[in-house]
Amino acid sequence: MAAVADEARAAREPRPVPVAVALSVALLAALVASVCLGSSRVPPGDVWSAVVRGVTGEAPVPGTHDLIVWRLRVPRALLAAVVGAGLGLVGTAAQALVRNPLADPYLLGISSGASLGAVAAIVLGAGTGGLFGLGLPAAAFAGALASFALVWTLARRGGGFSPLRLVLAGVGIGQFLSGFTHYLVLQAGDDQQTRGVLFWLMGSLGGAEWSALAVPAAAVALGLAALLARARALDAMLMGDETAAGLGVDVPRLRREMFVVTSVLTGVLVSVSGAIGFVGLMVPHVCRLVVGGAHRRLLPVAALFGAVLLVVVDLVARTALPDQELPVGVVTALVGAPTLLYLLDRRLERD
Amino acid sequence: MRIAIEDLEVVLSGRSVVSGVRLIAEDGEIAGLVGPNGSGKSTVLRTVYRYLRPHAGRVLVGGTDLRALPAAESARRVAALPQERGSDFELSVRAVVAMGRTPYKRAFAGDDAADAEIVAAALASVGLSGAGRRRFSALSGGERQRVLLARALAQDPKVLVLDEPTNHLDVRHQVELLSLLRAQRRTTLLSLHDLNAAASLCDRLHVLHEGAVVASGKPRDVLTPELLAEVFGVRAAVVEHPLTGDPLIAFDHRG
Repeated sequence: MAAVADEARAAREPRPVPVAVALSVALLAALVASVCLGSSRVPPGDVWSAVVRGVTGEAPVPGTHDLIVWRLRVPRALLAAVVGAGLGLVGTAAQALVRNPLADPYLLGISSGASLGAVAAIVLGAGTGGLFGLGLPAAAFAGALASFALVWTLARRGGGFSPLRLVLAGVGIGQFLSGFTHYLVLQAGDDQQTRGVLFWLMGSLGGAEWSALAVPAAAVALGLAALLARARALDAMLMGDETAAGLGVDVPRLRREMFVVTSVLTGVLVSVSGAIGFVGLMVPHVCRLVVGGAHRRLLPVAALFGAVLLVVVDLVARTALPDQELPVGVVTALVGAPTLLYLLDRRLERD
Repeated sequence: MRIAIEDLEVVLSGRSVVSGVRLIAEDGEIAGLVGPNGSGKSTVLRTVYRYLRPHAGRVLVGGTDLRALPAAESARRVAALPQERGSDFELSVRAVVAMGRTPYKRAFAGDDAADAEIVAAALASVGLSGAGRRRFSALSGGERQRVLLARALAQDPKVLVLDEPTNHLDVRHQVELLSLLRAQRRTTLLSLHDLNAAASLCDRLHVLHEGAVVASGKPRDVLTPELLAEVFGVRAAVVEHPLTGDPLIAFDHRG
């Protein structure tokens, strides 16, 4: 059976361009749906006129859906797309970095630092605009950088940055910082605060506004360019460090660069949306099955698929329950965990 | 192109693993490195394909010190087949072979028609013409090793370096791979465990023992019962192979 399935797959040369076109169409459809649907339904025609007025800078017309569409839903849908694309990229990169297709961007401990920063901002700096006067995203990003520095210091001992060292340092630091986070959650002043913290920890796009879009969008674009520039070297690294060295790749340097790119990108994403699980793990895996593992085609497809997925997931999170919004992370876990189990099962059967 | 290693010393974790190693493969020759486990064969080869940095000594390809070249430039001269088998990242056979073009490519560049031709020719030369679309990790051990050889050939190197290329292969696939190597007529430096395979394949052998070269020369001159006893610690007779006339080592497996 496995052999037959493999032959069938083998006969289908992965074609990245049609896949990318299909995903782009799907992304557009998902964005439109995400803006139309929600606590109040907006007809697509109204969305269009609201977007036109928004883009041209015209004042919103009272009595229409202009405010909901332009101030709330459009930025939120776009943020979902940007974060999803970023998680797809960072997952792909992290998996190549530690040479394990089941690695997760959060494996490197960065999100734990970001979470600690965010929770500290909510719990310790409530009402004053955050810790040390920083806003929540800035506090989260500072936490991400701090944990990045810790993991870097631990992982570079011996000059190596071996995959195993990175994972050990990342998991260790992550657990360590999570301890502080949990302590802070218990210190939260009231139920309202605790709810806010938990919601953030599970991932949320509720903070989306136009001003919060530029930084993650720029980070994702730069990240994609940085990764694409190294696509061949990343392919070579999948085969092993010695193979890559034999192909002229400076492996220690590539690992350092990749670690910086994945960490900074993860830090930016987590700081605007919390630690949304499973997307970074699942997206590269699914995309590899469709277009193969070579990074030049995998990276753009993973970004697009991540964007589509998170826009849809956020739509579900907003609309699944009548009077309540679910944290995005809850939906990704409920959808992602079974998907992961299915993929693992398939994988084990194949080997 | 001739490859020569001069007075190589490699230090790992503060310990000198190989030292004073001098060895050569003349242009078009297949030179074998043999020696017991831990004698330093892989270490020597790793410095040739620049995974390890020599503490002292040089690796000369056609008279040029490899370390004096940029990494990509030296990867155009030396292609390596290390003992790595890759993990399951859904790479197609074609994608694996195309990796051989890495040292020729700038950032962002895709594979052009010339690359595709080189990749196809490399696959054809290892007898796997139709296999480009298959999944690398689904291949048998023998096929995988041939694909990796094709990847090294797509690098269009002056010198091939292979670390135990026949490891874990059954005897038919061992014979197949070694005859592919012979057919390349390219300067080759490889390590081999199987002394009989080394005796029949190699034009020249270098015997490593505890990080130093203890014998070099034609297989017939190097592989003597005395050397086998001293270096490998085994009793053996060296006779003539009844089919090929190569030296044939008959080990005394009763010790």
